[in-house]
Amino acid sequence: MPSPNQYFDAEALYRTLLGQVRVALSSVPDAAIVGIHSGGAWLAERLTHDLGLTNRLGFIDVSFYRDDYAKKGLHPDVKPTQIGFNVDGATILLVDDVLYTGRTVRAAINVLFDYGRPARIRLAALADRGGRELPVAADFIGVRATLEPRQSLALQRGADGQLSLTIEQENA
Amino acid sequence: MLNPQLNKNGELRHLLTIEGLPRSIVNHVLDTASSFVGISDREVKKVPLMRGKSVFNLFFENSTRTRTTFEIASKRLSADVINLNISASSTAKGESLLDTIDNLSAMHADMFVVRHGRSGAPYLIAKHLNDSGQKGIHVVNAGDGSHAHPTQGLLDMYTIRHYKKDFTNLTVAIVGDILHSRVARSDIHALTTLGVPEVRAIGPLTLLPGGLEQMGVRVFTDMDEGLKGVDVIIMLRLQNERMSGALLPSAQEYFKSYGLTPERLALAKPDAIVMHPGPMNRGVEIDSAVADGKQAVILPQVTFGIAVRMAVMSILAGTHG
Repeated sequence: MPSPNQYFDAEALYRTLLGQVRVALSSVPDAAIVGIHSGGAWLAERLTHDLGLTNRLGFIDVSFYRDDYAKKGLHPDVKPTQIGFNVDGATILLVDDVLYTGRTVRAAINVLFDYGRPARIRLAALADRGGRELPVAADFIGVRATLEPRQSLALQRGADGQLSLTIEQENA
Repeated sequence: MLNPQLNKNGELRHLLTIEGLPRSIVNHVLDTASSFVGISDREVKKVPLMRGKSVFNLFFENSTRTRTTFEIASKRLSADVINLNISASSTAKGESLLDTIDNLSAMHADMFVVRHGRSGAPYLIAKHLNDSGQKGIHVVNAGDGSHAHPTQGLLDMYTIRHYKKDFTNLTVAIVGDILHSRVARSDIHALTTLGVPEVRAIGPLTLLPGGLEQMGVRVFTDMDEGLKGVDVIIMLRLQNERMSGALLPSAQEYFKSYGLTPERLALAKPDAIVMHPGPMNRGVEIDSAVADGKQAVILPQVTFGIAVRMAVMSILAGTHG
């Protein structure tokens, strides 16, 4: 059963992340923000709104680029990828909710390159739970946490738009 | 009997017909297709999903359009496509269908896209693959006899959903040679599965099969009557070979009674859409003014067809067991 967790206040972590991103992007003209479905998309929406970049928002679904397709098949709930700006030469902030193995980020970078050649890609995540399987590192992070392999962190968005992070225990 | 299209977990292993498919699977295909539509507009019109997979197009019956759209769909999924012109090869030398399949399986095929003049041929192939333990090879029916053309049915549903959003308040008319049409059969099953409350079949009695009422279809022989108030009109191609038999007097006569003219289209709802699976016979089943008019969505059907076939192939290729 998922249980709300006192240690992860998602709204506070978001404010931390927003502060870091605001400073870093302030000197970048025409930065764009791309969120990875679903949690990263919510965060990207908030960030573009708070930074006045709403016309530079995109969404990525990595289902068509996952490396476990041959094992697990197609994800049952694929969302459309939407990149409405020119990727060529752009500085793109890629946003995900939880950074873990790095495989989703690898897939998302491949998606972006099929739209063009960005000048820079930066990575932001609300939480970094360790456990990397690829050489991927985030530029901006809300919190670092150590979790058991059988635990997973999940971001939820309530009807009022409030974010919350819960630790879910996976059954063996 | 177990549905040979589904594995023991109820997942789609082969696509042979829409008949008997649960609504959830039909919706899954349509939802997945909507994510594939945008890929054709990108700089790189490919995703790596089926990289390293081999898709064999087995067309025992000619079809440039369907074969081409399957080929494009395979290539946009990064699969390797091999087109076999069967009528000019082994079958002509006397090889049986299943021997052909076993030979191609020995070449490590991952998927067969099958068009055949005989109803049931893709079933035979799928059953053979299932029974001989070759469960990693998938079959897509690209049209068999007058039985089924499931990807056409699905792309028609995608098109209707794109323009009409909701199926549960629609009246859909299918017009023409219902008797010989695998498209009509697949459309009727798909529309019923998706909860369309009123499906109409319009055509001369000689081209209407028995049993339509049992499928929940309202039958009309008078086109003007049948078109009144419909939201969607699906025109079917009148195959020339039907004209030679005793089924129809002449193309001109047919057009007079069942051709879709602007005057007849005006009987449908003002925002009705006009569909056609192609190839069209202008002046036989459809007037040029309608085919090129604002309400026609015939070319979008072709575009959506690629995304729908990508969805079908990527779902099948990801199904195990």
